[in-house]
Amino acid sequence: MPTAFTLTSLPVRINEDLCIADKGCSVCVDVCPLDVLAIDLTKGKAYMKFDECWYCMPCEKDCPTGAVTVDIPYLLR
Amino acid sequence: MQSHIQAVDVLVIGGGTAGPMAAVKAKEADPELRVLLLEKANVKRSGAISMGMDGLNNAVVPGYATPEQYVKEITIANDGIVNQKTIMAYARNSFSMIEELDRWGVKFEKDETGDYAMRKVHHMGTYVLPMPEGHDIKRVLYRRLKRARVSITNRLVATRLLIAADGSVAGAMAFDCRTGDFHVIRAKAVILSTGAAGRLGLPASGYLFGTYENPTNAGDGYSMAYHAGAELSGIECFQINPLIKDYNGPACAYVTGPLGGYTANSQGRRFIECDYWSGQMMMEFYRELEGGNGPVFLKLDHLADETINTIETILHTNERPSRGRFHKGRGTDYRKQMVEMHISEIGLCSGHSASGVWVNEHAETTVKGLYAAGDLACVPHNYMLGAFVYGKIAGESAARRCASAALADIDETQVELEQARVLGPLSRADGLPPSQVEYKLRRMVNDYLQPPKVTRKMEIGLARFEEIKANLDRLVARDPHELMRAMEVHAIRDCAELAARASLYRTESRWGLYHNRVDYPDRDDREWFVHVQVKKINGEMTCFKRPVDPYIINPDEHEMSAYQQLRIHENATVKTKTETDVAPV
Repeated sequence: MPTAFTLTSLPVRINEDLCIADKGCSVCVDVCPLDVLAIDLTKGKAYMKFDECWYCMPCEKDCPTGAVTVDIPYLLR
Repeated sequence: MQSHIQAVDVLVIGGGTAGPMAAVKAKEADPELRVLLLEKANVKRSGAISMGMDGLNNAVVPGYATPEQYVKEITIANDGIVNQKTIMAYARNSFSMIEELDRWGVKFEKDETGDYAMRKVHHMGTYVLPMPEGHDIKRVLYRRLKRARVSITNRLVATRLLIAADGSVAGAMAFDCRTGDFHVIRAKAVILSTGAAGRLGLPASGYLFGTYENPTNAGDGYSMAYHAGAELSGIECFQINPLIKDYNGPACAYVTGPLGGYTANSQGRRFIECDYWSGQMMMEFYRELEGGNGPVFLKLDHLADETINTIETILHTNERPSRGRFHKGRGTDYRKQMVEMHISEIGLCSGHSASGVWVNEHAETTVKGLYAAGDLACVPHNYMLGAFVYGKIAGESAARRCASAALADIDETQVELEQARVLGPLSRADGLPPSQVEYKLRRMVNDYLQPPKVTRKMEIGLARFEEIKANLDRLVARDPHELMRAMEVHAIRDCAELAARASLYRTESRWGLYHNRVDYPDRDDREWFVHVQVKKINGEMTCFKRPVDPYIINPDEHEMSAYQQLRIHENATVKTKTETDVAPV
C-alpha cells in the first residue's frame, strides 16, 4: 500500500530549554489522557508524537518547569 | 510482547469518575478484597473530569428539592421513558454523596452561612451547585484510592469481557498500549465505568479528537457490554449538546445562567425559557440555529465587569480551561461580543441523555456479576454526581457478590480468539490506517445518523457500517499506540450500528431532537411508551421492547408537558402561571 508523509502542525509545544526529561521527568507523558506525548531519547526532551489532542491541558498544568504549552489545534482555531 | 494472567475479586474498568468511587467503596465494604482499577490512560488525569468540574447539575439538597421532586423532574425531562427506581436510588444518595465528597476535600460553593449555594437552572426545581474551585477533584479521588489501597494499572486497554459457562462474567481481557502485552484478568465481579461513546459523530471541525466528550472515551464499554450479552437501553436517545462552535466544548449555560447569562439568537434575544438540557430544548436550539434568526449565541455582554470576571475565573480554570485560550485567539471578549454556539456531534451518554447499558437500582446489568456506573450506565441525566453515586452502589454490590461467588473458570477459546483479534493489526505489514477508517466511519455517522433521522438514510448507513466491518480485518498498526486506535475503531463501529438499529426500531419521534424521525413525526405513547433494548442474541444485534415499570412517583398531567413548551412565543408578554400550565402543546 503506498503511503504519504503529510506535514501537520501540532498543538502541543515543548520549550526544550525548560524541559527536564533528561533528568528523568515524564510527567506530561504520564498524565496525557490520549497518550500522544513521548520522550525523544536522543535529545532527552518531550515532544508531541501523535496529532490526537483534546487541548485538555493536564500536560501544561502538571509540568514542573512550565515547559509545555497547549495551543488550540489549527483546525479549530 | 508477553501474555499475563492474574486473578482479583473485583475488577473495575475505567478510572475516571465512577470507577475510582466504585473501587474505593468495594474496598471499604471489605478491605480483604483484591480490587483492581484498570485504566486506559492514567488515573491521575483520566476521564471526563480530567481537569475538574465547574458544578453539580443534579444536586438534591434538602431545603431545595426532595428525591421525589427530582424523580418527577427527570421523568418529565426524559419524556416518561425511565426506570424510576434507578433515578430514586440516585436521588436518595445524592446529598450524602455531596457531604462525603465535601469531607474528602472537594470544594463546593457555599453562602456566608456555610450552606450550599444552590442555583436554579432546571425547568421546575433547584438542582445546580457551582464548584468554582472544582479543579482538584481528580487529585482528591487519587488520594482516596491510595488510602483505600486499591491496586491501579494505567495504560491497559480492555477489549472484551470473559464469560463463564453459566453466562456470568469471569473477567476481562486487555492489552498494554505502551508494550502491546496481552492481559487476562480473572474476576468474581466486573464493574464497567468506561464513560460515554464520545467518538461517534465527527465534530464540525473535522478534527477527530476535537469531540465534546473526552475522546479517550470511544465507546469501549458499550461494545464490551454488548458482546458480553448485556442489554443496552435508550441508545436511540442520542446525546447532542449545545457548545461553543469550533472549540466544541461546553459554553456552560449552567454556570452563566444563574449569573445572568443566557442563550440568545442573532438578535440577542432569548428564545428558550430554560437552559436545562433536554431533547426538546435541543430541538428549539436546532430550529433557531437553522432558522432566519440564527445562529445561536451565549450572551454575556450585558453583564457587569465583576460578574464577567467571576464567570471567566470559573470557565477558564475548570473542566475545559482552554476555552479562555480559544476566545483569546479569536479576539472574543465576553464583555463585548456574544459567543457563537453550535450543537455537538452525536454521542451515546446517559450522563447527559439516556443511552447506556441497562442497570437496575443496584447497578446490576443483565449479565450476572457485571455492574455498570457513570456515563455508560442507563440512568438518564445522571451527570457527574450520578456517576459517583452509581460508582458507590456498584462497588458495594460487587463486594456483596464476592462474599459468595467463586472465581469462574476461563474458557480458553475466548482468550485465543480475542488474542488473535487484538494482536492482528500489529502482525500485518500492509493494510488500512486506523485514522482513515475512523474518519470515514464517523463521517458516515454524521451523514446518516445525525438527526433529523430519516429511515432510508439510516438503512444506507447500516449498509456502510457493514462494509466497514469487512475492513476491520485489514487494519494495520505500527506500534501499540496505533493498536489502541485500531481497537477503538472496532468499538466505534459497534456503537454506530447500535445507534442505527435502535433508532430504526423506534418508529415514532420522542425526546425532541435526540430522536426526531421526520417520517414518523408524532409521539406514539400507545406503541412506544417502552424502553427499546438492544442485545446480542445468537450473534445478531437484536432490538426488543421492555415495558416501563409502574411509576413510584406519578407526575401530574399538567407537569408532564412542562418540557414541551420551552420556546418563548413571539409577542409574549408577561406570562402568568396559569398560562404556562395550560398552554396547548
